[in-house]
Amino acid sequence: MTGQPLLTAESVTKFYGSRLGCRDIGFELYAGEVLAVVGESGSGKSTLLKLLSGQLEPSGGRVLYRMRDDVTRDILTLTEAERRFLFRTDWGFVHQHAELGLRMGVSAGANVGERLMAVGWRHYGRIRDEAETWLERVEIDATRIDDRPTAYSGGMRQRLQIARNLVTSPRLVFMDEPTGGLDVSVQARLLDLMRGLVADLGLAAIVVTHDLAVARLLSHRILVMKDGRAIETGLTDQVLDDPREPYTQLLVSSILQP
Amino acid sequence: MNAMISTATPSTAYNFAYLDEQTKRMIRRAILKAIAIPGYQVPFASREMPMPYGWGTGGVQVTAAILGANDRLKVIDQGADDTTNAVSIRKFFEKTSGVATTTLTADATIIQTRHRIPEKELTETQVLVYQVPIPEPLRFLEPRETETRVMHALEDYGLMHVKLYEDIATHGHIATTYAYPVKVEGRYVMDPSPTPKFDNPKMDDCAALQLFGAGREKRIYAVPPHTSVVSLDFEDHPFEATKFDHACALCAATHTYLDEVITDDAGGRMFVCSDTDHCEERRAEGHRGDLLGEAPAAIAGSAA
Repeated sequence: MTGQPLLTAESVTKFYGSRLGCRDIGFELYAGEVLAVVGESGSGKSTLLKLLSGQLEPSGGRVLYRMRDDVTRDILTLTEAERRFLFRTDWGFVHQHAELGLRMGVSAGANVGERLMAVGWRHYGRIRDEAETWLERVEIDATRIDDRPTAYSGGMRQRLQIARNLVTSPRLVFMDEPTGGLDVSVQARLLDLMRGLVADLGLAAIVVTHDLAVARLLSHRILVMKDGRAIETGLTDQVLDDPREPYTQLLVSSILQP
Repeated sequence: MNAMISTATPSTAYNFAYLDEQTKRMIRRAILKAIAIPGYQVPFASREMPMPYGWGTGGVQVTAAILGANDRLKVIDQGADDTTNAVSIRKFFEKTSGVATTTLTADATIIQTRHRIPEKELTETQVLVYQVPIPEPLRFLEPRETETRVMHALEDYGLMHVKLYEDIATHGHIATTYAYPVKVEGRYVMDPSPTPKFDNPKMDDCAALQLFGAGREKRIYAVPPHTSVVSLDFEDHPFEATKFDHACALCAATHTYLDEVITDDAGGRMFVCSDTDHCEERRAEGHRGDLLGEAPAAIAGSAA
């Protein structure tokens, strides 16, 4: 973790009319670091993720991102073209519902290859080879490359979505409840896979989740949100083992122990 | 059918070429903008025409807007001068404008076409008007109009190759044979209307002005003379125009786009030029196909 942070949030605030989305969130994220944002439903997690990824305009504060050329820019001042370029090269976004992040009408290979074609790849054989490599990396049988995602199970769709996002070697991936809606054994496998990929590729990631187990497994640092505010931040193990805030204590103690 | 040049008396009940002058001015402005930005789809206030959508209402409005009293109009439908769509649109303009009409490609100043480009090379004194059903090449990949417009604006065309990728993955080759996407002057990706991809190379550096009218979708776009039109492809799967294993059964041409015609209910078939005028001209020059003289008059026409 060298030099400048990759992403900096400075007192990011969002109001929906008079209702609070989130308020005064600030943190720095360095390359290769995974930050988990936890909190109950309605605590402003998803709002924060949209603000950080430039999909929503904050009411106050700003979000800075260090581009590949090492210039730090305010993501709000990016043009639409630059923002889109960022989204298909340097960033990834993994949705909770894979259908939102995938093109359900085209094959898995085309889904993975889309970003490559968008950045100018024009050699079918190479695009397909790359897609095959990535399917294998996310443990999808390469013989299913021509199947549409509609023929995939929920877990496979989620893995396909991850492959589609990682194919251009992004430096930062936003994940919104990546394991939501999957059964426990599939979740475990997906988490294992994601942990491996994040470590191998040196990815930075911001993972929004309500599942503390996901945070524990994937993240280095954690940010606990309640009612739109960050009430506690720190190293994941530290926060989960020794929560300071009463709300965090409640969260930790409400994990079911089988 | 005999090649003919005819002049009809216009009906005085209509303004010249049916549309009122204000509407024509509006369409001409759209056309000028389209010519200024090759391949860009210009929205225009498409009018109700006395024919259903899908019958060429866009092409008819463009033709009406550029038609002058001294023009000679040719109308083709899938290359033929004598099919329903061509005949009715030609009659429409004979009745409402009284301009001369012709079936000879070389004689025409304006050629309105449904889905073909004439075989004979066009000249700078001619205008080719296409009837377009769906002008947006990205439509079947991205249903949102707001999104496709942004994609055009930002030259965000990766998605177009996703379609071609999908073709190769499914069929082993690019199986799109009509409405094959092209890039105009290195900038806008354009749907060349459902012309067969056989015709795509003719659009490149064409001497004639090419205008595209989509009535239902309310869009006009254009390819000015001598503009580059490149068919999209992959490096390892380059664009290939359709090739035929047959020669035309009537005029023996091997370089033209052929229609397959079923001749009986026992598997009989023949391949003939889709461009009827070109075929007749070749027969008049003495070219003789295998079935010339045997083919039914309905297919061969009176020139057989």
